[in-house]
Amino acid sequence: MLILYMITAFLVGVSFLAAPRKTGRALDVALRRFLRILPTFVVVMVLVAVVLHLVPDHLVMRVLARESKWAAMVSAIGFGSVSVIPGFIAFPLCGLLRDRGALYMVISAFSTTLMMVGVVTFPMEKVYLGARLAFWRNATALVIAIVVAVATGFVFGELP
Amino acid sequence: MRILKQYAWPAGVAGSFALFVLLSHAAAFAPGEAMGESFLSFFWQMLKILPCVFVLIGLFDVWVKRETVEKHLGRESSALSYLWAVLLGGTMVGGLHVALPVGHVLRVKRAKLAVVLAFLSASAICRVPMTLFEIAFLGWRFSCVRFAVSLPLVVLSSAILGHWFDRLQYRLPDIDGPERKGL
Repeated sequence: MLILYMITAFLVGVSFLAAPRKTGRALDVALRRFLRILPTFVVVMVLVAVVLHLVPDHLVMRVLARESKWAAMVSAIGFGSVSVIPGFIAFPLCGLLRDRGALYMVISAFSTTLMMVGVVTFPMEKVYLGARLAFWRNATALVIAIVVAVATGFVFGELP
Repeated sequence: MRILKQYAWPAGVAGSFALFVLLSHAAAFAPGEAMGESFLSFFWQMLKILPCVFVLIGLFDVWVKRETVEKHLGRESSALSYLWAVLLGGTMVGGLHVALPVGHVLRVKRAKLAVVLAFLSASAICRVPMTLFEIAFLGWRFSCVRFAVSLPLVVLSSAILGHWFDRLQYRLPDIDGPERKGL
């Protein structure tokens, strides 16, 4: 984190020495864009916090380690698309799931949709991409996640 | 007026959430308290990196020439542009909240839509620190399958979506105000 600040400060310094007015314009752009996204960002963070508690870890664990593989798969896709769990929580959770006997393809469906499909972050995507493109990006990401999960199933001998 | 409209409903959401958390604290309602705490921790984590990200985007915007980006990532660029998109996405920090503004500024500099989409997906699926973490918990075989299947599909779907939306003459929303047209 500190290194990011150091790099940024260094670049701003160099830029300022080279062209003070241009640097001023850069900072202006930065501030304007930051303020533009901030309200949507706050809303998304509220949604993330609420969803995280509506879909608690133990519920995910119970449902994804179920007997029926297709039922587990469908719920993995649903949970993964709706919830937003940061990586440092998600992967340990996936590791636990595997220890509890969840199938690799179910874990794959869950983690891939978690990474690629974001229902909760949609308002933010809408600001930058527009609703239509944001929708299609998520729709194709969902299809890709399903293909990845099925492929994982074959590789780990869980399918057919 | 535009500003008022822009801030009205987020302020409403934030206000009611704050009220809910405060009431939860008053009534010792544990789920409400926990939601407030996770909101603050996420928000703080993101807020730590966002100022840097936006300042870097600002510098990129004023210093990097449109022609440079256009040549490597633009309409006439080769298939190599997807490689750059994936490499750039893989080395990003943070998640979508960082990748989206970066993708947008690339588009402003005339990168083609397909490349921007590939970049966004790559930043979701193959960020380096995240992948190392995944390997540690789920094994390298799992990550290899995921990479081998998802990366080609990401490039393919981005190319198709990009060309489709280009044909529709789709424009990204204008986030800089009236002086900056023609994305």
